[in-house]
Amino acid sequence: MNLQESNISENNFEQCIKCTVCTVYCPVVPVNPKYPGPKQAGPDGERLRLKRGTFFDEALKYCLNCKRCEVACPSNVKIGDIIQLARIKYSKKKPSLRDTILANTDVVGTMSSAFAPIVNTTLSLKPVKLLMDSVLKVDHRRSFPKYSGEKFVTWFKKNAAARQDAFKHHVSFFHGCYINYNYPQLGKDVVSVMNALGYGVHMLEKEKCCGVALVSNGLIDQARSQAKLNVASIRKSVNEEKRPVIAASSTCTFTMRDEYPHLLGVDNADVRDQIEIVTRFVYRLIEEGKVKLKFRDGGKLRVAYHTPCHMEKLGWAYYSTALLRMIPNIDFVMLPSQCCGIGGTYGFKKENYETSQGIGASLFAAIEEAKVDYVATDCETCKWQIEMSTTTKVEHPISILARCLDLEATSKLNC
Amino acid sequence: MKFDTVIIGGGLSGLTCGVRLQKQGKRCVIVSAGQSALHFSSGSFDLLNRLADGTEVVSPVEQVSGVDKAHPYVKLGDKFAFYAAEAQKLMADCGVQLQGSADKNHYHFTPMGTMKPSWLTISDFDCYDNVAPFKGKKVILLNISGFLDFNTKFIADALETAGASCMIKSINLPELNKLRVSPTEMRSTNIAKVIDKEEVFNKLVSVIIGFSDGFDVVALPAVFGLASDRLVKALKGMVNIKLMPTMPPSVPGIRVQQQLRREFERLGGCYMLGDTVEKAEIENGKVKKVYTTNHGNIGITADAYVLTTGSFFSNGLVAHSHDIIEPVFGADVDFSEDRADWFDANFFGKQNYLTFGVATDEKFRVKKNGKSLENLYAAGSVLSGFNPIYEGCGAGVAMLTSLFVADNL
Repeated sequence: MNLQESNISENNFEQCIKCTVCTVYCPVVPVNPKYPGPKQAGPDGERLRLKRGTFFDEALKYCLNCKRCEVACPSNVKIGDIIQLARIKYSKKKPSLRDTILANTDVVGTMSSAFAPIVNTTLSLKPVKLLMDSVLKVDHRRSFPKYSGEKFVTWFKKNAAARQDAFKHHVSFFHGCYINYNYPQLGKDVVSVMNALGYGVHMLEKEKCCGVALVSNGLIDQARSQAKLNVASIRKSVNEEKRPVIAASSTCTFTMRDEYPHLLGVDNADVRDQIEIVTRFVYRLIEEGKVKLKFRDGGKLRVAYHTPCHMEKLGWAYYSTALLRMIPNIDFVMLPSQCCGIGGTYGFKKENYETSQGIGASLFAAIEEAKVDYVATDCETCKWQIEMSTTTKVEHPISILARCLDLEATSKLNC
Repeated sequence: MKFDTVIIGGGLSGLTCGVRLQKQGKRCVIVSAGQSALHFSSGSFDLLNRLADGTEVVSPVEQVSGVDKAHPYVKLGDKFAFYAAEAQKLMADCGVQLQGSADKNHYHFTPMGTMKPSWLTISDFDCYDNVAPFKGKKVILLNISGFLDFNTKFIADALETAGASCMIKSINLPELNKLRVSPTEMRSTNIAKVIDKEEVFNKLVSVIIGFSDGFDVVALPAVFGLASDRLVKALKGMVNIKLMPTMPPSVPGIRVQQQLRREFERLGGCYMLGDTVEKAEIENGKVKKVYTTNHGNIGITADAYVLTTGSFFSNGLVAHSHDIIEPVFGADVDFSEDRADWFDANFFGKQNYLTFGVATDEKFRVKKNGKSLENLYAAGSVLSGFNPIYEGCGAGVAMLTSLFVADNL
């Protein structure tokens, strides 16, 4: 018997020198002591789990998967991946009905969009919220994102698809669930900005939810099959149609680039570099001098940028903030980079509500203090959390750009 | 991406350099692969405690001429005292209150309760002119129940050896007790986050005062004031309270890191955390562009580049079985060819590997294949020629060489 066999991890936990820096930056630990913390849950626990899987602790579900431990780690240990992989590998808990509903953003989205006015009204009724709280354990204090009556894809087919082929350059757009079911306006903004820059926007041949919520709720097989479908479509777009892929959501982008290979074992190495967040794509075009922007004259807007956790992990907040700083009439404020507490579906769960609001409390205070017209952020769930917990409206940087650009004049410069 | 200067490494050295350059109106980016060694700081900054031949240093300014000729301080010429004062000023501008002077070292407590000489000590702690400041005094050591990184028994032994009489007591509050649900998370920073709440702090203070009767000194672990030093100041205004450093993570050290980073960003600097510079384009003896893990095909260009990646801990230097490399630029590294010279089997002995580092010219320009690169500089513990532990000069080299480099780009 090879004694070393049970000491070898596919992750680099042996690089951990026990410095505890991850624990300092974990947003969950200070507000929820039931969570054993990233060092214990990650590399320390891994050492034990490799000996025997029964050392797995279900309390790992309290991890938000924000990856701030990885950003802080001086030894480049993939702490967040170790924790999520341990949940995938060892957790015996079956996803509950609630978790399945929360995780299936596109099934629920398709149904809800069809009956949007009814669903929106119903979900905001107090008795319904209390019922969902007691039966499903979805916290009654949480407000739900509104569903849109017309899906983004429906709008796109009806109003935009026909004119896209006429452009000189082309991209495929991974719209994600939020734009499709809840907030088509952001998708429309992406199309207008890209069109004004001379880029035709196209849908992928097939698109499913990126799967981030499925992963965090333990529905791994479904996440993997959706990942495979998405990568196949992305591959077709990149390799055959020569169209790079853009997305607006930092979490969808991060999931497709990094969680697919690391957590789901879905190889994307050949196309990973061609999956970008739209702000990075636009920044690069500007920097390379390939496009020009013309802004409208307008009143001053004071905008604060919030760095979503997965944007921090990607290291890409620079691009979104650089775009915002280019807008002449914007008074820009950078918020301290910290987790807002929502963690996708995490904060919707009754058992996490207090933790979720506790994590975000200092951010909400900073936003109120900044007295801004808008908070800009690249993540839809951060938007829900901040809009629910502060008095400030939240927009995607690309929506703010779309509003401040003279789209017609910009289009003349680039098309 | 285009900046005036790219600084690779975001610890004491990189931040010092960055703040200095931003003040000069340069636009800098700091690329930092994870958090820095300031998280493990004792709260004191050493300039020069001992010469390589073992001579104790009382006055760094007067005795700096005794360092080896390879020591980075030699390259500062007659600017050593000037830059030592500038370093202290820069810290003060960032809101870091320090005590001490380069004319004379002082003593401070270690987390083991022993005394060490140092140059500057953060105002959380006290400075002393001798190694037995509590001699003949009655000391009560108060620890927070369940906090493992404050070794009261070691500290009490050390204080008693130095002539004090010691009592150890645990203190507790329901708010702090909650943290003990996960005993591994009873860490200084988590405790500090709980105590940062005004009402918890006030409750804790009344518990502390309750224990102080009949004692000359009340010693507490430094778990106060992660976000600002407001609570530290409030505490020091009360009875004879002395804060003692804890084992890492260090609350005062993290506060310093955050103060420096905030000031750098306030001055317009860009701090990229959790990213690693993977490769560089070098043409005709000049660095043209660097590429990082996160930014992939979007490179970063600048007029000058500063390497402040630190030593072995932060992978600024990487040791293989028979050579030592600098991974970003493949710079020349000064190290002994004979591996037997690298270390002393006595762990507490003088470890030569700590003197290894990147070879630089008189302006700290990095050498590659024996030639200086025109616009690549190195500062801090990635440099060769000094032993930060044995000579007690790590923080001094980090700050002084960074300031010198920033002024001579």
